[in-house]
Amino acid sequence: MDKNKKELLPINAVPQGRLSMWLLISGELVIFGGLICCYLLYRLRYPIWAEQAAHTSTFFGALNTVVLLSSSFTVVKAHEAALKKQLNKITMWMSLSILGGLLFLINKSIEYTHEIEHGFTFSSPHLQESGNYVGSLFWSFYYTMTGLHGVHVLVGMIIMFVIMMQARKGKNLHRVELAGMYWHMVDLIWIFLFPLLYIAK
Amino acid sequence: MEHHTHQLNFWQKYFFSTDHKTIGAQYTIVGLMMAAIGGFLAYVFRYNLAFPGENIPLYGSLSAQQYNSFITCHGMIMVFWVAMPILLAGFGNFLIPTMIGTDDMAFPVLNMMSFWIFLLSAIVLVASFFVPGGAFGGGWTMYPPLSANGYLNTEPDFLTAFFSGSSLMLVAVALEFIAMLMGGINFLVTTINKRAKGLTPFKMPLVIWFINLASVIFMFSVGPLVAGAVMLLFDITLGTGFYDPARGGDPILFQHLFWFFGHPEVYVLLLPSLGVLAEIIPVFARKPLFAYRTIIYLALFSAVISVVVWAHHQFIAGIDPRMATFFSIGTIIISIPFAGIFLSFMATLWGGSIRLAVPMMWALGFIALFLIGGLTGLFLGSNAFDIYAHDTYFVVAHFHYTLFPDIFFGFFAAFYYWFPKFTGKNLNETLGKVHFWLTFVFFNCTFFLLFFNGLGGQHRRINDYSAFSNVMQEPYILFEKISTISAILLILTQFIFLYNFFSSLAKGKKADKNLWSANTLEWIADSPPPHGNFKEFPVVYRGPYDYSLPGIEEDFIPQNVPVSEKEKLNRV
Repeated sequence: MDKNKKELLPINAVPQGRLSMWLLISGELVIFGGLICCYLLYRLRYPIWAEQAAHTSTFFGALNTVVLLSSSFTVVKAHEAALKKQLNKITMWMSLSILGGLLFLINKSIEYTHEIEHGFTFSSPHLQESGNYVGSLFWSFYYTMTGLHGVHVLVGMIIMFVIMMQARKGKNLHRVELAGMYWHMVDLIWIFLFPLLYIAK
Repeated sequence: MEHHTHQLNFWQKYFFSTDHKTIGAQYTIVGLMMAAIGGFLAYVFRYNLAFPGENIPLYGSLSAQQYNSFITCHGMIMVFWVAMPILLAGFGNFLIPTMIGTDDMAFPVLNMMSFWIFLLSAIVLVASFFVPGGAFGGGWTMYPPLSANGYLNTEPDFLTAFFSGSSLMLVAVALEFIAMLMGGINFLVTTINKRAKGLTPFKMPLVIWFINLASVIFMFSVGPLVAGAVMLLFDITLGTGFYDPARGGDPILFQHLFWFFGHPEVYVLLLPSLGVLAEIIPVFARKPLFAYRTIIYLALFSAVISVVVWAHHQFIAGIDPRMATFFSIGTIIISIPFAGIFLSFMATLWGGSIRLAVPMMWALGFIALFLIGGLTGLFLGSNAFDIYAHDTYFVVAHFHYTLFPDIFFGFFAAFYYWFPKFTGKNLNETLGKVHFWLTFVFFNCTFFLLFFNGLGGQHRRINDYSAFSNVMQEPYILFEKISTISAILLILTQFIFLYNFFSSLAKGKKADKNLWSANTLEWIADSPPPHGNFKEFPVVYRGPYDYSLPGIEEDFIPQNVPVSEKEKLNRV
């Protein structure tokens, strides 16, 4: 292709929604990146946090990882259905994804209940009162990180529900992919949180 | 091109508009209103400094607590509610669609929503003056422990803690970030997707490059501070101890998170104004911009370096001296690209036929003042000197010499340049010149003497210096008075601008379509550009700075004019 011809090509070839979703995702990743960096810095400074991390339930964490990864699979299937314009299948796969998000949140709340019952709460007690126990901040980080992620799961579910209701009637089918991208981001963040909070003990 | 035939009512046209020009005007006007508030706060605390204990006209007596709130909110307002909406959102909304030759933003409704979120953030901030305890008074950088404890309520319940100055300020800042992030995504998508046919990246005007680059820097540096602000909000309201050493946290962490965003933010604010200069200088020097591509590469280089210089704000916060050396070197390196950009502007002026119209005067004033700000920045960037000058009026004078030209000279240059385009009315030239000269003189009288006060050991953020014998002697007391009186005159000067603005809007002469004989695409549109901007989408054939090309009769060739055979011969 000669240079002149290339310059006269219509430039708006990047799908608008996809482009802005990538930008949104990069912005979100920097937010979680900052939080994860803070956590890592403290974790390296206080090896004693490992004792606190031992109280998190690897079983529930692993279960939630499986649930969230499966719901990412179903959202990919929904995208495939959207490409083929199979409206019933879109509804089915997207409902399964929303169900996955719901299961994740239910698991998470059972987990939170257990932890709070064992006295691991959000606020960090003073060092003197807690017997010079520097690990208490671990739980502040734990609840902030998983809580912020949980909010994203909830938002993702709402987005998917709204888009599913439109796609059912055959409207805005391209948005199914955008919802999927957002859901993958939620998944990706969890993939980082799971080893940091549950596995590294 | 689509035409909107249905009539819009008053609310749709001026309030819930999705037109990028209306939204740009909304951002700019709210920014100017906030500037009036910020300026009034400055007047009150400057008066208190020069004439301690006296009753302040239009205000009354100022307590120490209020003094702290006022200096804090002055800084916050000027950076986040004046500079950001005017330079980034205002310029971006007005200029991006018109200069890349398209009808509107990629997401007009998102654009409207980001303005309303921004307005909400401004209201939350102003409301924080009226909660018990008043607005936050621990310095605009919001360092814990002052911000974390709320220092009025040591054991607060959630609601008391939430409706305190510090947490409302955090909420306002967070809302502002959301608005600017949404706006930034909109700018980037619009520029990537909606450029006119033929407008390749290296044919774009520099201001478009720089606004987008500023959006990218903002987007990639603000994340950690959002996380840090959430953590600080939890510290205030929910009893966590992220920044509390007594509970295993670390207050220095917040400083790192704040400045990791805060220093790139300086370049977020600087780049749009430099872009405006890059548009104005070639037009009024009638010469092509010197080293167009090099300027872009220098700006990209500075964007990369900008995220590794932040700790030069923390030299006395107890960071490792070896780390301080690293950040000193980074800080001094980042002056190289900006020196390069300013030298390119100088080289553009060299041998040009310079017209000293009002926009050009503001642009040249910008360069002159920013030089002083930039050079004193080199002093402060070196950690050996900074340990001496840290938190003194030397620093205050330094960043006012960078931010005042950046925000106000940048804004006024753009205002006098594009006002005729976007309103269709000419401004009063004489009043513009008077406005420039008075602002220039009073600005220097306000801030230049503060360098000496700072070197004399005057610390900032203190409302009563009677205990400091080193600054309670001449000439420092006199300098304080001169500075305050000039600041008052500087504020009064801005009424000339307001008068010029409103009288020209009401009965200004009709402006020509391309009154400055400029090349970029916005000058092809009608003045003012209608909804949708262009009658038909322009096609671009050349770069934005083809002024006074050899062998061509006209001394400017708009971007939508094809390259002629004769010109091709001349170019080879």
